[in-house]
Amino acid sequence: MLGYYFELAIRSLKANVVLTLLMIAAVGVGIGASMTMLTTLRAMSGDPIADKSARLFVPQIDVWGPDSRRQDPSDQLPDQLTYRDATALMRAHRAVRQTAMYSMGMDVDPGTGRPFQASGRATYADFFTLFEVPFRAGAPWSAKDDEGRANVVVLGAKLAERVFPGSNALGRTVNLDGREYRVVGVLQPWNPVPKFYDTTSGGFANTEDFYVPFTNAVERQSESFGNQNCSALPPAGWDGLLASDCIWLQFWVELPTAAAVRDYRAFLHNYAAEQRSSGRFHWPPRVELHDVSDWMAQQRVVPEQVRVNTLIGLGFLVVCLINAVGLMLAKFGSRASELGVRRALGGSSTDIFLQCVVETAVIGLVGGILGTGLTALGLAIDRALLAPGAKNVQLDTLTSIDGGMLAIILAVAVASTVGVGVFPAWRASRLQPAWQLKAQ
Amino acid sequence: MEILPILRALKRNKVGAILVTLQIALTLAVVANALSIIQYHMSNMGRPSGMDEANIFTLQNHWVGEPQNLRASIADDMAALRGIPGVVDAEATDAYPLLGGGWGWGIRLKPDPHSGGVAQTTLYFQDAHGLEAMGLKLVAGRWFSAAEIGEWDMNDLKGSPSAVLTAALAKRVFPTGNPVGQVIYLFDTSPVHVVGVVERAQTPWPAQGFGDAWAEYSTFLPFQFMNNGLSYVVRARPGQLTAVMRATPDRLLRVTRQRVVDQLIPFSETRTRAYQVQKSESWLLATVVGLLLAITVFGTVGLSMYWVGQRRRQIGLRRALGATRLDILRYFHTENFLIAGTGALLGVAGGLGVSLWLATHLGTARMSPLYIGIGAVTVLVLSQLAVLGPALRASLIPPSLATRGL
Repeated sequence: MLGYYFELAIRSLKANVVLTLLMIAAVGVGIGASMTMLTTLRAMSGDPIADKSARLFVPQIDVWGPDSRRQDPSDQLPDQLTYRDATALMRAHRAVRQTAMYSMGMDVDPGTGRPFQASGRATYADFFTLFEVPFRAGAPWSAKDDEGRANVVVLGAKLAERVFPGSNALGRTVNLDGREYRVVGVLQPWNPVPKFYDTTSGGFANTEDFYVPFTNAVERQSESFGNQNCSALPPAGWDGLLASDCIWLQFWVELPTAAAVRDYRAFLHNYAAEQRSSGRFHWPPRVELHDVSDWMAQQRVVPEQVRVNTLIGLGFLVVCLINAVGLMLAKFGSRASELGVRRALGGSSTDIFLQCVVETAVIGLVGGILGTGLTALGLAIDRALLAPGAKNVQLDTLTSIDGGMLAIILAVAVASTVGVGVFPAWRASRLQPAWQLKAQ
Repeated sequence: MEILPILRALKRNKVGAILVTLQIALTLAVVANALSIIQYHMSNMGRPSGMDEANIFTLQNHWVGEPQNLRASIADDMAALRGIPGVVDAEATDAYPLLGGGWGWGIRLKPDPHSGGVAQTTLYFQDAHGLEAMGLKLVAGRWFSAAEIGEWDMNDLKGSPSAVLTAALAKRVFPTGNPVGQVIYLFDTSPVHVVGVVERAQTPWPAQGFGDAWAEYSTFLPFQFMNNGLSYVVRARPGQLTAVMRATPDRLLRVTRQRVVDQLIPFSETRTRAYQVQKSESWLLATVVGLLLAITVFGTVGLSMYWVGQRRRQIGLRRALGATRLDILRYFHTENFLIAGTGALLGVAGGLGVSLWLATHLGTARMSPLYIGIGAVTVLVLSQLAVLGPALRASLIPPSLATRGL
């Protein structure tokens, strides 16, 4: 029966090409615009580390006191830690895994050719397990290396290929800022979206070229390339910075159970209380602990503009659907007499209804296919317009249409078209056959 | 005139009329908000940086290995750059407008570091050549002399005796009176004397989000930024930019080869990069607006055709009873105007509502009524144009049709 309706639908759609094309165009353009926006939003607000995002936490400590937030209505605590607090938390070692870290840069001397600057991250060995960083060869450095401020490095895929093209980098040395570092690990291409572990210089930046022990970088006085925030000018020198209340370090802990989270929160609170009793803080202790999704929301990683665009896109889809309903009403209305004849010959109103719904489903499907093409086009234009500098490889792949997105687009197209098509179909099925026949 | 009969006729076709009304209302709401966002981006993108943009290029310099004497290395480079034929002036600084990152600080009017700030500002560390190298326009007071330039060393930070402010910042900090000669406080309890005011200089952060309120709140301090990692700002004579840019890398490598010269770009490129996202955003929204209007127009054409087709006999009858072709034309246009007008009214209300909601919940700029007005007129004109074709066809229906088939 449905096959027959399908045949009828095709025939009827061919009968009035202009109206049919208008309907398909309306559905297609509506789907294309809204899905372009939705795909971008979905890619940007995705969970970068789905299987453990609820177990990774960022601690915040009120180091500047409530006075510093007088002009900030959101009343948020400092979003990074001071060196003093970060190292205290590292020493306490109260979580399963933890790392303090900051972004930096060093000159790479490849031996042959000109030296160049590469971006790096000073962190602890736990970094790689915490964030499930995939290794191509080797492994993270050891806790001993952390303690011993060892000259060891983990190379990102790109830098490894640049310095040791086509050969195995593991065990070789690379010259960073005039010092030889032993390569203990080489990563596979890795680019979480958003770059959740450090959003201070944009939520969609690329990952670093190399990773060295935090202790080693601090000993070498490698300046932070990231955000550094001070409530007052820090005392002179590198040691001044380390002793200051400037915040410049990111800190993450892994807490596997609810009990562990509770304990850690209590520990943080006690730590802040101690700082107060020792005379460093002059205000009641305030600490916070945020998991990945909380943190992404608080850091406003997804630009508001993207949300606004998605709303505009959905508004667009609604307009297109209303447009399509109007056209469907016209379409079914113009075939009233034909439908009347069918009713008079014994077709039930359900038959008419089904026949009309199948026709709208066909429009939805064809519109959906057109919409998929337009979505792909929209995303391609979106990508092309972004500067190469602002590009994130991973975001690019995420904002292309995969099998899942294709299914979503077609499903939305058919469902929304049929959904709004029910009304015109119902109206058509309610026609009085006698009326239509009389008019003949 | 003939509004009442039209309304009565519309009552018989409620659903169609309501659909068109809704569609126009929603179209208007979306179009007006999109236009307002585009305009917001455009006004940000068009904001002048305050520099002599057409003749400036920048580069990032970085010596391999710490130079023995940083101050001397900087001086050597500057002398080399200023010696290139066609160069007006050059300077080595921490940041410049639209670079993307720099220093932010709070300005106080009282020495007490815990007293609240009066304004957020960016800090540009400048030597005596800064004004000329950036091509800024001094509107009051003076620029720094070579003698007062200190060293801004991250390992040894100290206060500043003097400062030059932008006019926007000076007005914010000293709403009345002459800012030159006044005192502000920055890092500690020592006074900073305002010695001059420049017309404008944008912060390193392109106006968007948190940079908006203080997009032109810039403070210049008389320091040489002491860091192995500096931005060189070079200003060429008009028409010589490309030639100077071409000569620059070789000239610097002649000073020493132990360096990385990166990001040698004209300022126009900096501007393009700074506003890339806003630009693509605007194009995306403009496309959406265009498509939406097209969809609405074609939808109106389609529906009107159908309505005309449905009312062929009624139209024939009216013609037979003495209505002129112009009467028929007017009928459809009036009908369309009633529907689209209602839609436009709803759309104006809805659009303003959406804009208010976006402004309070997502922090976008409030839409100016101008855009909703432009949107309303556009939608009305377009829908009148859309109905023109079908109405013309209706007016061609011969009166004899009424007698046929009766």
